[in-house]
Amino acid sequence: MKGHSLNGNWQAHFFLVIGVAVLAFPVYLAMIGSTWDAGTIARGEMPLFPGPDMISNYQQAWGSGSGQRVMGVPAATMMLNSLVMALTISLGKIAISLLSAYAVVFFRFPGRMFFFWMIFVTLMLPVEVRIIPTYKVVSDLGMIDSYMGLTIPLIASATATLLFRQFFLTIPDELVEAARIDGAGPLRFFWDTVLPLSRTNMAALFVIMFIYGWNQYLWPLLITTSKEMSTIVIGIVKMIGTGDAQTDWQIIMAATILAMLPPVMIVIFMQRWFVKGLVDSDK
Amino acid sequence: MQRRVIFSNKRLPYLLLVPQLAITVVFFFWPAFQAILWSMLRQDPFGLRTEFIWFDNYAVILSDPLYLNSVKTTFIFAFSVTTIAMASALLLAFMADKHIRGAGAYKTMLIWPYAVAPAVAAVLWLFIFHPNIGYFGRAMRELGVLWDYKLNGNQALSLVILVASWKQVSYNFLFFLAALQSIPKSVLEAASIDGAGSTRQFWTIVFPLISPTSFFLLMVNMVYSFFDTFGVIHALTGGGPGKATETLIFKVYSDGVLFLDLGGSSAQSVILMIIVIGLTAIQFRYVERKVHY
Repeated sequence: MKGHSLNGNWQAHFFLVIGVAVLAFPVYLAMIGSTWDAGTIARGEMPLFPGPDMISNYQQAWGSGSGQRVMGVPAATMMLNSLVMALTISLGKIAISLLSAYAVVFFRFPGRMFFFWMIFVTLMLPVEVRIIPTYKVVSDLGMIDSYMGLTIPLIASATATLLFRQFFLTIPDELVEAARIDGAGPLRFFWDTVLPLSRTNMAALFVIMFIYGWNQYLWPLLITTSKEMSTIVIGIVKMIGTGDAQTDWQIIMAATILAMLPPVMIVIFMQRWFVKGLVDSDK
Repeated sequence: MQRRVIFSNKRLPYLLLVPQLAITVVFFFWPAFQAILWSMLRQDPFGLRTEFIWFDNYAVILSDPLYLNSVKTTFIFAFSVTTIAMASALLLAFMADKHIRGAGAYKTMLIWPYAVAPAVAAVLWLFIFHPNIGYFGRAMRELGVLWDYKLNGNQALSLVILVASWKQVSYNFLFFLAALQSIPKSVLEAASIDGAGSTRQFWTIVFPLISPTSFFLLMVNMVYSFFDTFGVIHALTGGGPGKATETLIFKVYSDGVLFLDLGGSSAQSVILMIIVIGLTAIQFRYVERKVHY
């Protein structure tokens, strides 16, 4: 029996180590790539250990950028755009979803279920299936190439509203009654009781929505036209351009590592909320 | 489900709903309505005259060999990604569920790729499989394989499948692990005492118990392959070579944004909407609360 389980453990470690290695290998190579000079990579002579140019490559990527089309736009600028986008989308989604879920759960009013279903069906309209008409709306509103155009159309979220609704339904009636006896109105109750109770849910959603916002691709590709508005993910792909040997691969790899850092760090350091957010929001 | 105790304000709830409903109407319903309308219009090449043609655009699309080819590509792509990403995730979750040292560390090291943007994942793998500078790309050419995903359609499709699967393993792993951990250990011990080997235990006990999760993941992975992989394809192959990696969502983009065929692209959008509605409905109908965590 004991021998069997030892054997089983050995097998488990074997597969898990392979899994971890396959997942990590591309990132390892990108890190190595970001420490060598352009010539070494272009000649295909890049070894599997770090080279001498790490600091200068990252300085160039961060401070001045590279590539034919995004020439001169530093990763710092594009990272800032991504950060604004990710924060606005995640915080915006949380804010408007809290409000609408509160309205649907704590009040009775004509049209309540109708509005709830209106929000619910947006689950079935991902931005990818209505890109062109949505683009036209944004362009008619004059929001092309602005932070508003980048973020506002992505802020509405059925997922977050459903999650908060689910959570609000579990708040005990006694709390509401107590608040009413104390003379607290609905806004006071929202601020003093509901918000503090929702902290965990808010943190979990924030992690998921931040990653969602940071990693957006199709939408910023359409909406941003000037180089200075580019997000880091779009910027990297544009830097590659035609992808021939003359491409500054070492700078692109440095920018790629920079682009991955914020969302990956959030997953690693906020793992508990990340797992909760993922499991809750996709039910 | 309703609350018993509520507030009785008349106007406040509407005010609270305004921000979300405004965004929903302006950026969801109105564009969706436009897509349906445009899908039934035809513009002359100069954009001077527009006529209403009912379902002609749909008829054109559904008989267009390029569209049907894109349907085929999408299904091959979605099927491969779903199979690879779910099978490898299940294997890893099964191993990580055992009582082993460092289970927590393994979990952390297996979930981070979820946070990598699809387009960034494409760039990472492009750096490995680039025919001239990539580590594997070069190695394969040295071994005599004519590797160039920019020229060979099958190689291009394999590469986008690899990248899309790589990114999705983490998600599936987390859900499979949660499902496996919810299986009572006593059941497995009882089976073990009865002499069932680990293979038999897996197929007779574990597999049936995680099937709701598997079904849920099947749907999620399909939706992921259909819609969330645009970045992978756009960054890696641009739909090419030829049309070898042009999935449905990519075709909506290229017909609408690059070739400005509003009617055709809108009709394709509407077909995609119907697919999403179908998948979501199946998910809610059959998964509901059967998945336990």
